[in-house]
Amino acid sequence: MTAAPEQISTTDVVFSTKTAVRAGAVALLCLTSACATQNPEARAAGEIFDPYENTNRGIHKFNVAVDRYAFRPASKGYVAIVPPDMVTAFSNFAENLSMPGNAVNYLLQGDLKMAGTATARFMINTVLGVGGFGDAASDFGVAETRTDFGETLHAWGAGEGAYVELPLLGPSTSRDAVGTLVDFFTNPIGALENNPVENIDIYAEVVDRLGQRGTYSDTVDSILYDSADSYAQGRLIYLQNRRFELGQEDATSEVDPFELDTGGF
Amino acid sequence: MMQRRTFLTTLAAAGATAIATPLWAALNEASASALINKLVGDINKAIDSGKGKSAMFRDFEKIFARYSDTKSIAAYTMGVDARRATPAQRKAYSKAFQSYISRKYGSRFREFIGGRLEVTGVKKVKRWYEVSCVAYLRGESPFEVTFLVSDRSGKPLFFNMYIEGVNLLLTERTEIGAIIDRNGGDIDKMIAELKNLG
Repeated sequence: MTAAPEQISTTDVVFSTKTAVRAGAVALLCLTSACATQNPEARAAGEIFDPYENTNRGIHKFNVAVDRYAFRPASKGYVAIVPPDMVTAFSNFAENLSMPGNAVNYLLQGDLKMAGTATARFMINTVLGVGGFGDAASDFGVAETRTDFGETLHAWGAGEGAYVELPLLGPSTSRDAVGTLVDFFTNPIGALENNPVENIDIYAEVVDRLGQRGTYSDTVDSILYDSADSYAQGRLIYLQNRRFELGQEDATSEVDPFELDTGGF
Repeated sequence: MMQRRTFLTTLAAAGATAIATPLWAALNEASASALINKLVGDINKAIDSGKGKSAMFRDFEKIFARYSDTKSIAAYTMGVDARRATPAQRKAYSKAFQSYISRKYGSRFREFIGGRLEVTGVKKVKRWYEVSCVAYLRGESPFEVTFLVSDRSGKPLFFNMYIEGVNLLLTERTEIGAIIDRNGGDIDKMIAELKNLG
């Protein structure tokens, strides 16, 4: 692959993304107006807003079952059979395929510098990383980047909304669910006409997730199977980590040790 | 491997500095980061020891007891239920929690084998200090680990820890709350269960 067709497709995609963005904004509007909203005091206190908890718990149960009977065993087999270096290579490949989409999102966030970084990563790794299987960009000191349309919505001022657990995809919020949907339909890679394999980005993502699940098996197991309430743990961990990624102050995480009554402990 | 060795040498140097500024020194930027440097050194030593799981967990329990404000952590994680706990229950909980958390976080730290933790900065936040570290794991992009240090107990100790924004105190309070609920609000049963978890 050379750099030129990528540039053309990126501009094309920016254009078609506009339509999708509009659709996403409408969907978001629906979500925020038609659905329950959190009262401002609770939001300021950083309380978890989970009005769909019953539905979410149902989906969580389904997700855990899928993990237990399909995803976990498959990931164990995958990392047992495929050597670690190859797992890393496939992960690099999936990450590289997400770079054009990241570049578009950074543009939409008004972050030209990061858009440039994502584009540079894509070019360097596609050419020097042999189609994205290697990570030459990191060797050259080009910072790793990761963003999504949920972050773009955040940059535009959208609040995170309610906590939702998505089937197969796991923890999210109403804002980030819209983001996932928009990212899915606007991935520039999917718009390429000479894709070697149709939906290659989706396959790459699934393989990448298998690798992650297999490599961090114990950590994921400890949350899904060892905790007393895996739904509540997953929800809390996701929200804290997401707020951290977006650079938000997390009011829930403020603990003043001087205010604790530690007598007897 | 080379990097690791350099890192350990740096740690040894940091350890030497820490002798000059003892643990019970007044809390300031230097003593807060010296504490975490020593803590990180001990964690690295434990994961590098090649010991078996249970021996390593015992090491982590000692580390936890030495460097953390166990009273504050126990009090916070028990949440509102602490108000109705008897002094005996509080004491038993504190002890059970300490070994539970060592097993639980010890398992996570075991995944650091072949990796390293490095102190990168310190800043004052309200009445405590935030010490930032970066964890380098094989084949993984580096991530942030933060320790909060206060002298509430009378000497500088860490009372909370964040891994990529995920807060130990908050996560464990949710977990302990769920165990109490699962046992119909019975604190003694929760403590008994805690001994088998992690």
